[in-house]
Amino acid sequence: MEPHGNGAGTAQSTKAAKTKVAFYWCASCGGCEEAVVDLAEAILPVLDKVEIVLWPVALDYKLEDVRAWRRGEVAVAFVNGSVRSSEQEMWVELLREKCGLVVAFGACAHLGGIPGLANATTRDEILANKYQRSPTVDNPRGVLPQRDTRVDGAELELPELWHSVRPLDQVIDVDYYLPGCAPPPELIGKALLAILAGQLPQKGAVLTTDKSLCETCPRNPTKPAELRVERFRRIATEAPDPTHCFLADGFVCLGPATRGGCGERCIRGNMPCRGCFGPPPGAIDQGTKFLASLGALTAGETEAEAAAVAATMADPLGTLYRFSLPASLLRARRVAKEVHR
Amino acid sequence: MTTRPFEPKILGFLCRWCAYTGADLAGISRTKYPPNLTAIRVMCSGRVDPTFVVKAFADGADGVLIAGCHPGDCHYQNGNHKTMRRVALLTRLLAQYGIGRERLRLEWVSAAEGDRFARIVQEFTAQLRQLGPLAWQQFVAAEN
Ligand code: SF4
Ligand code: SF4
Ligand code: FES
Repeated sequence: MEPHGNGAGTAQSTKAAKTKVAFYWCASCGGCEEAVVDLAEAILPVLDKVEIVLWPVALDYKLEDVRAWRRGEVAVAFVNGSVRSSEQEMWVELLREKCGLVVAFGACAHLGGIPGLANATTRDEILANKYQRSPTVDNPRGVLPQRDTRVDGAELELPELWHSVRPLDQVIDVDYYLPGCAPPPELIGKALLAILAGQLPQKGAVLTTDKSLCETCPRNPTKPAELRVERFRRIATEAPDPTHCFLADGFVCLGPATRGGCGERCIRGNMPCRGCFGPPPGAIDQGTKFLASLGALTAGETEAEAAAVAATMADPLGTLYRFSLPASLLRARRVAKEVHR
Repeated sequence: MTTRPFEPKILGFLCRWCAYTGADLAGISRTKYPPNLTAIRVMCSGRVDPTFVVKAFADGADGVLIAGCHPGDCHYQNGNHKTMRRVALLTRLLAQYGIGRERLRLEWVSAAEGDRFARIVQEFTAQLRQLGPLAWQQFVAAEN
């Protein structure tokens, strides 16, 4: 790959023959950008067929450049990160208008991701914590970020922070999803090759296998059909047996409620699956998909016993929706009088 | 303009063998109970995927009732035990979303307990009238 405008050196590959590709980021950590850098070998075969026309992390491009693109001139935009501000909305709408395909790249664009955990609280709480309550903040007047500010007679405008975090498809139409935190290079490479070859799956496809993670997990043979977990254990305080199915030993592993295709990378590092690939096909909510499996997973013959077992799971919301809270059926915490008991 | 009192919408998942038959008995016996509950007949309380419950709340229910056979009486042996295990964690999860446990009720009703069924619906309806609407779409989905 080479940046836009530097292609003149390669005599044979005329600019017109190259497929233009854009990368953009919204609310994200930069890990997805790293995944693109890590592509190296996976995309060697297509390197001279692609031209990157936008990549804010690596190349200097301005909004005006993108506004000047012709519609459809850029074949595909890979957008990572979730959406939470008016500026991000403006950018993704612009990319949607200009690009032939939009791929939600990574767990945050796909499901809301880790930034999506902010939906477990409210915008007001976040602002108050960050700008007023936090012990390291020195803000005697308690000023909060405003959209419009007047400074020395000039009107200044900041992007507006939304009430909640959204996955990309709650803001614009999305053609494909590349799952994962971050997507593995093999899957990105495969997707890129398929786009270049025009061999695209059905719109809306999640570009990985349709199997659940458990089906391909090397520890699956040690997972009994029925379990009687009496207490959930935590990876922070207990070391899991490196050969056993995590769930069989009481460690929450989202394998049964997660799409496969990541290469079981966490499992191989002796970490249970946290669910970054999102729910498997047919499941519309990752957390309740996992809860459905609880009946045959936990112990408890009376309601009191069942409640005692359930009480041992730390932070069910954050555990079962670590990557998918904004894409869950309920999307975000509700704030109303009855909550403030 | 007079404002009408709030009438909660309740979705009830009733197992075919016990709770639904109990509800039927309440009807045949002409026992009076509020019309707020819409019943969905399922084969067993164990068939109630937590997704159904959460979807009901997301789509406008103010309360959800799951009713099955008394423990030990499930026609599929232990479907109701599975339900109680799921509901135990589901209530904790819902609380984190801001949905109090008063909005999800798990009850055991035998085929002979028509009166009990009617009483449960009366109580639940009264409780939800007090709590007020959940109005999930209005509070959460409508915000940006
Ligand atoms: S629950 Fe986790 S460890 Fe067990 S088989 Fe599934 S993915 Fe593997
Ligand atoms: S094991 Fe789970 S959390 Fe880890 S990469 Fe795979 S899908 Fe993501
Ligand atoms: S058949 Fe009634 S609870 Fe299972």
